[in-house]
Amino acid sequence: MTKKQIKSKEELEFFGKKLVDQVDKGKNPEIKFTLRNLSNIVFDKKSETLKLGDKTGSRSFFNVAHSKKFLQTVEVASIIKKELLESGKHEHLRGIFYMSKRTIPGTNVNIVDDQIESDKSIEDLEVITGLSREQMHVSANKMGSMIGNVILEDSGDTIDCSKLGKGGYSIPSITDELEFKKIKAKYVLYMEKASTFERLAEDKFWDKNDAIIITSQGQTTRGIRRLLQRISEEENLPIYVLVDNDPWGYYIYSVIKYGSIALAFASERLTIPNVKFIGISCDDIIKYDLKRQLIKFTDQDRTRLKQITDYEWFRNNKDWQRQFKMMKYNDSKVEIQALSSKGISFISDIYLVNKIKNKEFLD
Amino acid sequence: MAEEKKEPIAIELAKKQREISISEFFTKNRHLLGFDNPTRALMMTVKECADNALDATTEMKILPEVIVKIDQLAEDRFKITVEDNGPGIVKKQIPNVFARLLYGSKFHTYKQQRGQQGLGVSAALLYSQLTTGKPTKITSKIDPKKPAHYYELGINTKTNEPEIFEERDIEWEKDHGTKIELEIEAKYQKGKQSVDEYIKQAAISNPHAHIIYTTPEGEKVEYIRATNELPKESKEIKPHPHGIELGILIKMLHDTTANTVQGFLQNDFSRIGPGTAKEIIDDARLSINKPKNLEREDIERLFNTLQNAKVIAPPTDCLSPIGQETLEKGLRKEINADFYVTTTRPPTVYRGFPFQIETAIVFGGELEKEAQVRLLRFANRVPLLYQQGACAITEAVMQTNWKSYGLQQSGENLPIGPAVIVVHMASVWVPFTSEAKEAIAHYDEIIKEIKLALQECGRKLASYIRHNVRAEEQKERISLFEKYIPELAQSLSVLSGEKKFSIEENLRKILKKNMSMLLEENGLNENDKEANKK
Repeated sequence: MTKKQIKSKEELEFFGKKLVDQVDKGKNPEIKFTLRNLSNIVFDKKSETLKLGDKTGSRSFFNVAHSKKFLQTVEVASIIKKELLESGKHEHLRGIFYMSKRTIPGTNVNIVDDQIESDKSIEDLEVITGLSREQMHVSANKMGSMIGNVILEDSGDTIDCSKLGKGGYSIPSITDELEFKKIKAKYVLYMEKASTFERLAEDKFWDKNDAIIITSQGQTTRGIRRLLQRISEEENLPIYVLVDNDPWGYYIYSVIKYGSIALAFASERLTIPNVKFIGISCDDIIKYDLKRQLIKFTDQDRTRLKQITDYEWFRNNKDWQRQFKMMKYNDSKVEIQALSSKGISFISDIYLVNKIKNKEFLD
Repeated sequence: MAEEKKEPIAIELAKKQREISISEFFTKNRHLLGFDNPTRALMMTVKECADNALDATTEMKILPEVIVKIDQLAEDRFKITVEDNGPGIVKKQIPNVFARLLYGSKFHTYKQQRGQQGLGVSAALLYSQLTTGKPTKITSKIDPKKPAHYYELGINTKTNEPEIFEERDIEWEKDHGTKIELEIEAKYQKGKQSVDEYIKQAAISNPHAHIIYTTPEGEKVEYIRATNELPKESKEIKPHPHGIELGILIKMLHDTTANTVQGFLQNDFSRIGPGTAKEIIDDARLSINKPKNLEREDIERLFNTLQNAKVIAPPTDCLSPIGQETLEKGLRKEINADFYVTTTRPPTVYRGFPFQIETAIVFGGELEKEAQVRLLRFANRVPLLYQQGACAITEAVMQTNWKSYGLQQSGENLPIGPAVIVVHMASVWVPFTSEAKEAIAHYDEIIKEIKLALQECGRKLASYIRHNVRAEEQKERISLFEKYIPELAQSLSVLSGEKKFSIEENLRKILKKNMSMLLEENGLNENDKEANKK
């Protein structure tokens, strides 16, 4: 067992011992934890991240409204301790669900009926014990790739991320344990679209520009956020984010930089305050004449834009407010792939190169 | 409003008896009598025959044994057989009773009976004749020592006279009783408005009857008698001056045996004595003394005076409710539930007609929890399956605030919950909205009585739910904890490395010690409430 595993295991054991202690004293066992709901999410101006406030809740076993959740939390904790940490193995969220799903004898009640319940228990445990899901050896879907002059060690294997073809290195769900052996790059370009990633890979953009390119499809996974944060902090490389020109793309940037409501409890390990937005900006639409590539907003798009415009961390940012205003005026969006209309490799040869050279970033 | 729609037809029918045939009228207006679609026609035919059978037996103080059998002969062709153990019908009356519309004693008498216009069974016969052309077969026996009479009958639609195709004496193993067999064009469907449902509900409202029913699919359903007590006999009463209709008054004046108006008023109405009669005559400024000689204007003045005459309410001992206990027995045998409550209101009066409301609520058990309650409506023990939305009973149920009685309800709709609501109106004259007799007209007095009865039942239901359902829930809670304890002890033992046995013991001790506290509503603290919102 590694030191990390031992620490995680002890943390869970301690949680269990505290409960047993209450039971021994004849008390209704109670779990106290910081609330994770919207009312307890605050934007911390100092660190510029979304964080949990100080409201706490409690859950006790002998309370009909809590009993089942209480049992779920303890059950999931015991599975993680015994099956994962003691053996050093990892398991997917889905697997944890199946390991905890069973019918309580003499009832038609299942300990968990839906993966959401075991997922929530794991999030609870993160808040209760301070351990991250990754530290508890629980993985999630992996959906991302990386190419660049990076040599790293993953579970004893040494991997050269420049020698893995167009597909690149498939980023695992848990990136905490990856060890960077050698990194030779000036910056990291993270993009929302896998198809853009493939374009840059084929054009050898990373090689020509000394860059690391990373993608995940749609929303950025925890693993990739952690990976980006580690590269940013450990290697001191700037991170640039390339997303669609629409509220959803802008929100991807927002999550990487400021954190999200759902994972506010893990902000410290996931947010990257000095990440920069590279495009597609509303100015790009004019500069690169992308007017004909505009796609009309739907009502959903309009609602989302309104919400994002009002976010506390964007509210007093003039540059961003200007973007939102232009977007509202356009009442349309532009996808990254729209740049292909200017030439198939326009994005690799001209757009990104110019942007970086001229430092056309939004912060 | 309602009578204006209903009465004129009946009166018209009566008046024009000699001029145009009622049978002809019916032929053109079958929808008025409920034979408008093939599914409903099947239910109506069985209903008319079964009502007749139940009335015949009950009137003669015989516990009814009714056998109903439906045979499907072709896709849209059915043979219906209804047999009772009633007193039988004397030979020469058989053709008139079955094959002549508006024959019989029911019309114009005020007595709580299933049929009210005497159109019933002969309408079914006529429908059979119109759709299949087949005669209806009647077998009836009045004396164990004598043979039964067998008839094959039709109706001459021009003259409203019976047509006899065959008549003879036959052997029948029954001591006494009547059997009717008819063939009709119809459609068999299951569901809330089916013939199956009609019979099931009739068994609820007639718990003294033994009904054996064979469905078109050959399934035999037996409805066992729940009580050997016959319903109290309902008495015939004379019309009350407040409830009289102009048409009926004209008919009564024509038919009366009295020689003077004074005598007519005293003899042919209830609650009119010599003094009141005199006052009425004075107030109506009648100068003619012979009832048959009254002019149209005289009759109208008399009618108006009668409406406002100062007379006491009609007698109400003429009614025969099902009765609280009997109704409960009927419900218990047909609906499987946890809780039954019934109420019978004292009799009261609307527009000069005595009536009485009975209601019941059945709750819990196998009844569906999240659906609208089922509403069973009865008028003089006859189940009403159609036109629920147009019925005063439905209106009264929707106007009642069920939330305070433990059922869910959104706005003025039928409540939601595992319950059946039963409403029975017994009256010498049920004000139906049409000849099909499926919906009761909206009289304020009737709706008010139904609501009062429902509230009585509702209060008992609320108290039951408070005590039993809560107690059930609390017991369930405790047993849930008991079942969770070994699970929690196991997980906690794995998690902490402590012994499972002692954790489990201690958890049980906590449960035992706090049992009473846990039986109370589990309150949530502020933080939990927020957590739950999420």
